Amino acid sequence: LSARAACRLETLGFAEIYDYVPGKVDWLAHNLPVEGERAAPPTAGRLMRDDVVRCAAGDRVADVLDAIKDSPYTFALVTDETGQLLGRVRGSLCSESDRQRPAGEVMELDPSTVRPHRSAETVAKRLADKDFKWAIVTTPEGRLLGVAWREDLKSAASEG
Amino acid sequence: MPTSIGLEKLHELVGAGAQLVEVLPAQEYRQAHLPTAINLPLGKLHESEVAVLDRTRAVVLYCWDAL
Repeated sequence: LSARAACRLETLGFAEIYDYVPGKVDWLAHNLPVEGERAAPPTAGRLMRDDVVRCAAGDRVADVLDAIKDSPYTFALVTDETGQLLGRVRGSLCSESDRQRPAGEVMELDPSTVRPHRSAETVAKRLADKDFKWAIVTTPEGRLLGVAWREDLKSAASEG
Repeated sequence: MPTSIGLEKLHELVGAGAQLVEVLPAQEYRQAHLPTAINLPLGKLHESEVAVLDRTRAVVLYCWDAL
């Protein structure tokens, strides 16, 4: 639609026209604010928390495990300096011999993620189906935004 | 020739005063739209309707997605 609209405006004499091709869904997928009657629906992005342990790939596993122990999670998320999600370190999968290694060597490379505009109901169901407690929320480019808890999503979905 | 842009350029243009236009139907706009965007559905892009736009400023259009 927007490409045709841009051509139409050009026909009408407008000189400087841009087409934000990824569109509204891209905006929502970056967890950016919107206006309107349904501007604040219960979504993973609205409900996520920002208290998960973040570490760098070069951080020592022993230090990461200590941080995990002091957190409500069983894992830490490895990011680069821009916040890009690189992997996940799960405490239960680390052995004593891993403690002196860098997190980047023991992290799982493929933790599943969700986009922030996904509805609380959808994500809660997905987590329940897999018996997961948490969903890692990232932008479409993979930048870490936070972690949504199944109990929070379920509660919001039932209220909504 | 209209220029295709992504999110970063969108922020830049809006920050510089570009006009943001959602071309989806009014009902979809009412539910949720980007901050400061106005609604000019594609089917209503006539000379009289676009008179609300400032021709001296950049215009950024968007719909739902790239499809």
